[in-house]
Formats: sequence, structure tokens, C-alpha cells
Amino acid sequence: MTDRADSGPILPSPGSRRRWGGSSPQRIGAMMLRYWYLLRSSWPRLLDLVYWPTVQMVTWGFLQYYIANNAGFFARAGGTFIGAVLLWDILFRGQLGFSISFLEEMWSRNLGNLMMSPLRPFEFITALMVMSVVRLLIGAVPVTFLAIAFFGFNLYGLGFALVAFFFNLMLTSWAIGIFVSGLILRNGMGAENLAWSIMFLFMPLTCVYYPVATLPGWLQPVAWALPPTYVFEGMRALLMQNVFRLDLMLYALVLNAVFFAAGVFAFLKLLQSARRHGSLMQTGE
Amino acid sequence: MCAMPAPVPPPIAVENLVKIYKTIPAVGGISFTLKPGSVTGLLGGNGAGKTTTIATIMGLVLPTSGRLSVLGAEMPKERYRVLHRMNFESPYVEVPMRLTVRQNMTVFGMLYGVENIRERTAELARQLDLTDLLDRPTGRLSAGQKTRVALAKALINNPDVLLLDEPTASLDPDTADWVRGHLERYCRERHATVLLASHNMNEVERLCERVIIMKRGRIEDDDTPAKLLARYGRGTLEEVFLDVARGEGIHSEAAQ
Repeated sequence: MTDRADSGPILPSPGSRRRWGGSSPQRIGAMMLRYWYLLRSSWPRLLDLVYWPTVQMVTWGFLQYYIANNAGFFARAGGTFIGAVLLWDILFRGQLGFSISFLEEMWSRNLGNLMMSPLRPFEFITALMVMSVVRLLIGAVPVTFLAIAFFGFNLYGLGFALVAFFFNLMLTSWAIGIFVSGLILRNGMGAENLAWSIMFLFMPLTCVYYPVATLPGWLQPVAWALPPTYVFEGMRALLMQNVFRLDLMLYALVLNAVFFAAGVFAFLKLLQSARRHGSLMQTGE
Repeated sequence: MCAMPAPVPPPIAVENLVKIYKTIPAVGGISFTLKPGSVTGLLGGNGAGKTTTIATIMGLVLPTSGRLSVLGAEMPKERYRVLHRMNFESPYVEVPMRLTVRQNMTVFGMLYGVENIRERTAELARQLDLTDLLDRPTGRLSAGQKTRVALAKALINNPDVLLLDEPTASLDPDTADWVRGHLERYCRERHATVLLASHNMNEVERLCERVIIMKRGRIEDDDTPAKLLARYGRGTLEEVFLDVARGEGIHSEAAQ
């Protein structure tokens, strides 16, 4: 029998032994492992990661193929549609990957276990961000190879620009994913639909398939206030004029920093509010 | 001259805890302190404030006012200093169903910073009769087996403070008795402090050396089971519970 008649001193959390800005890589790893186990255990989940990006790419790819063969202008715009589809998928799937991993906790009624464990909000968010990249890579990499096979469009041919596009789009997707997760935490599953639909609000405004100049004048400042707009404009500049617009990427980066900070701030405030209102105990509808 | 040893903080200390959801009071200014190694029952009808009290102690709910400390750490402000020494089981949360029992133990072991997770999992599996179930998805287990998994998760880090919210709810009498036996053994061996919310009076009588009875967010009574029985002039805690719930007060002549 262990004789421990007192409550003992406060010890540092064992998971924090290898400190990393107050966080524990072990706890982040635990959450990534949890999502990996989940993905591995369910082939429909894996299939879903590849299915929609493939359908999108093939549909838009054939449309572009048709237009390119029938209109002079569009012939010059080689690859912009497929490029836009693939980049849009990074933005959309990045946010969805983040939100779905979060929703898994709500669906499985596991959030209480996590919130009462030593896992800190920043560790939880970090694990969700990493998993969104993992999910995206599982879904998007095969599709990029299909784009080469079907339409001769090599996304990797964008080189360094692709890295800049990817990084900026992921930052936006995380910022939105973090914000939406906060809303779900605070408002329960009634807010789940936001996770699926919020990015579609960005589609017309960020000018995925057309230049910003297409929008009415009063709407253009709104478009320029959104980081992905710079990425899609940058992609068109690269594919149509062969110019990498570093200035656009830097604008996007600055805006993303603001979006990301605002997303994290909102998440922490909403988590605080959920704790105040007892919403974490009722994670259902 | 010897230096005086630093005073040992109580495992759980609650002082004037108030929780109001918008305008609805859930807990109305309760205070209690638990002794190290004690098992205390938290009794009360539905809506008495038991779950809110436990959730507030764990930091899942923020108190409206009052002070809370666990193992000397101010809650919820300092909760990350002690959460690795606490754990809980509640019917309001579940262990992920798609993961196997072993995978769940690994994930929660990592979250709680458990060393030698493999050995700890095997040890818990042996104690809780889960060895043959380790590689089965948790969702495919029976209710009794799932409860044992939830208990294994609650004990993965050998907690010094264990909060249990109806740990045997919806279990058949045999499994419930088995779970109680294991809890008894764990508390005895680890000298852990346990706060147990339950509707099952037999469970409370068997496990708890102290009983706090709550009603409408307030503490109605707080004593050992024997003293409560004597004070209310009743033979079982269930009768005492009914007296308190129905507002019939103390029956024994000695008390009057």
C-alpha cells in the first residue's frame, strides 16, 4: 500500500517536461495520434478526403479544356481554371480538415475529456492545424497527379510560388477553422453548418475564378481585405503573365497574421464564454 | 531549531462557491474541504448542483464567485498545474468509440504525461478485466465494458484526486458492484481523494466516509453516513435522502 497521507506539492505537468513555449509536444502528439487512429480506422473518411477534390478537378478541367479549344483569350489563360480549383481546394479543404477534426470531438462526446485533461487550448489548436495539413495532403496530392495525367497541368511547376500560395491559403484556412471551432464550442452543434458552409462565402469575394476587376467597384475593397484574394490574383499573374508577384504574397501574409490573431483571440474568448455558460457540458444540439 | 513544515493544502477546498447560469442559480454559495485520502459522497436530486460543482472543480465551468483550490492550486486559474494529478469519469462524456481500447489508453496516457504507457495499460487491463478487449473498438463493447474502459481512462494517470459523477449509472448490479470494489481498492492502495456524485445510496454507503447532501444548489447536510442516519432517525441513506428531498427534516428524537 502506498502511504501518501498528504495531498503533496504541486508538481509540473509530466507532459510539460520538454517545454516548448509552455506547450507540450507530447500532448500535441497525443492529439495527432488520436486523429490518425480515427482516419486509419475508417475507409469512408479516407475516401472522402480524395473524392471531392477529384470530382472538382475533373469537372473544371474538362470545362477549361473545352473553352481553351474554342476561345482565343481563354487559350492564353492556360491552367488558370485548374490552378484555381486546386488552390481553392487547399483553402476549402484546409479549413474543413481543421473543423472536421474538431467536430469529431463533438460527435464522439469527447470534448469534456479533453477540456478536463492537461491539454491546453494552444496544443489542441496546433494538433488540429497539423492534422488539417495531413488530411489535405492525403486528399490533394493524388489529385495533383491526376491533373498532370488528365490535363497536363503540373501544379508543382509553380515552384516557390506554390509554397507561398500554399502557406498563405493554409493560414487563412486555419484562422477561419479556429474561429468556427470557437463558435461551435460556444453554441453547440447548432453551429455545425458553419463549418461546412462558411468558406463558400469567400468563394465569390476572393475572386477564385475571375480577376478582382470583375467585381463592382464598391465590392473590390472587401475582396482586397481578404488574404486569399491576393493568392488567386498572384496565381493568375503567374500563369497568364509569367510574373511572380511577391508584393501580393506579402500583403496576404500581413492580412493573414491579422486574421490568424483574430481567430485565436475569438476562440479563446468563445472558450471562456463556453466555460462561463456551461456549454462544454452540453456539447449536443 | 527545526523549521516548521509547510502546511499541507487540502486536496479540494471549496469556499462560498456560486454558479449562476444567466439568471438561473445552479450552486448557491457552498463550502466544503476534503481530507487527503477521503471518499466523500455528493448526494442530491436532479438539478441539485452536483454535476455543476464537479465540473467547476475540474475547471470545465467557471464559477460566478467563490474560491476553489485543488491540491493547493487556485482553480480555474492554476488548473494546468494540477490537472495531470486529477481525473474524472462522467456519463456526460464518452471515450472515443472508433478507437480501440488500447489506442484510447495510449492517447489519454500521452495527454496526462504517463510514463510507460504500455505497462500502465496492461496493468489497468489486468485489474479491470480488459485484457481481451484491448484491441477492440470501444464502441463495440457492452455498456458494462465501456464503463470499465471509462474507469481505466480515469485511472490512467494514477490520480491523487478523482471526481466521479454517477460512475455506475445504467450498470447491472453485478457490474456496478464489481466497479465499486475496484474503486474501493484503488482508494485504499493509492490513498486517493475521491468526490463521488451518485444517486445510488448503496454505493454511497459502501464507499463514502462522508456525505454532503445538496438541494437546490445548497448544502443541506454534511456528515458521516452513521451520524446522518442517527440524526434523521432512519435506517438507510435512501430514507435520509428522501427526507431531505421532500423537506421533511430530522426525525430522531435525540436530534429534536
